[in-house]
Amino acid sequence: MSNPAKTRVTINVNGKDLSAEIEPRTLLIHFLREHHNLTGPHIGCETTHCGACTVDLDGRSVKSCTLFAVQAEGAKVVTIEGMANADGSLHPLQAAFAEHHGLQCGFCTPGMITRAYRLLQENPNPTDEEIRFGIAGNICRCTGYQNIVKAIRSAAQVMAGQPRKEAAE
Amino acid sequence: MIPGRFTYHRPGSVGEAVKLLASLGEEARPLAGGHSLIPMMKLRLAQPEHLVDLGKLGLKGIRAEGADIVLGAITTQAEIIDSALLRERAPILQEAAQVIADPQVRYQGTIGGNVANGDPGNDMPGLMLCLDARYSLTGANGSRQVAARDFYEAAFFTKLQPGEILTEIRFAAPAAGHGWAYEKLKRKIGDYAVAAAAVVLTMSGGKCNGASIALTNVAQTPLLAADAAKALIGTAVDDAAIDAAAKAAIAISDPTTDTRGPVEYRRSVLGVMVRRAIARAKTRAR
Repeated sequence: MSNPAKTRVTINVNGKDLSAEIEPRTLLIHFLREHHNLTGPHIGCETTHCGACTVDLDGRSVKSCTLFAVQAEGAKVVTIEGMANADGSLHPLQAAFAEHHGLQCGFCTPGMITRAYRLLQENPNPTDEEIRFGIAGNICRCTGYQNIVKAIRSAAQVMAGQPRKEAAE
Repeated sequence: MIPGRFTYHRPGSVGEAVKLLASLGEEARPLAGGHSLIPMMKLRLAQPEHLVDLGKLGLKGIRAEGADIVLGAITTQAEIIDSALLRERAPILQEAAQVIADPQVRYQGTIGGNVANGDPGNDMPGLMLCLDARYSLTGANGSRQVAARDFYEAAFFTKLQPGEILTEIRFAAPAAGHGWAYEKLKRKIGDYAVAAAAVVLTMSGGKCNGASIALTNVAQTPLLAADAAKALIGTAVDDAAIDAAAKAAIAISDPTTDTRGPVEYRRSVLGVMVRRAIARAKTRAR
């Protein structure tokens, strides 16, 4: 088999243009983790099931293990590293996951939060059912999802400018 | 899991893409959303030497053309779910798209890839049989139209020739006031159907005067259940008619025993899916 030439790919990640000379077969998750040390997005199943590698790409949640970096040339990507505010304070979703125990081992959390971010951009006031439908592509093996749903509901309230309140059981 | 090496091509027009595919021959594969192909490449079950990305060919979009609805091949499942036009004219596509895979996959997965791949587990081919859609196929020697009902030959074998691209899907919008339903049983999110059924019907004066039924993942190809639809015509779509339709659907099914269950179970589930889909379609018909 031939050995195709490497190609330069530039992707805007968390507001910065990042480039690398890569083989076309380089997956977006490897571009992020190995070429730019952005190890927030995790490699879980590697089979498009678990969602741990989820990042935001041009306003869509994608599984970065199932996309070649060359396909993302010129795109705007947001990873978990880009979620916190410029002053270092946590994004309301990050704060809500901590407050409501939306994680235990934390492996799925970067994918959960980047997915929940896009869900709330599209539907700022989702019902619990809509939250569950919206995060169906992200698997958590610790929490049983209850506290994740609670955290997303609470973050939605904060982002809508409502005072933080204990989410209803 | 790292795919094998390949050369990446991103043509800017359909003409350029088909020329590339023709010159690169059998070692080239078109790439749409990539959510069937890339997983196969990671498992090294597919090792194309060239990928021709169809993402920049201008094949995106959903539009009405007179009585027809036209879907560009690169339209994603998420765009189908969001379409105001489809909500108004052909909501069955949205009901089906919502039970495909998961949100991330629906942002990437395309209608063209779903129908062209020939995977019997895919949901949209059954819908296309139900709606009597036509596919536009473009190759180096020009374009042709193939009816969805003639397109599927066996699992992963279709009328699409090497070097051809499916560019567009077109179907007549179902009559105003039609009832519709897509009913699918799956073991978990992201799974293919144990069995699924698509139903479109119209009622007039309490009687069914038009019906179309198609079945997903109960044979090597999606199936048009013409006798099942016929069993509803002229009836009030009562229990007896629904029963007859379910029996007719089961009669043409030919599922295999797999991790989704034995043949007898999958046939039985198919009957349930057909019954539920007809009943829901009836409640929606005006």
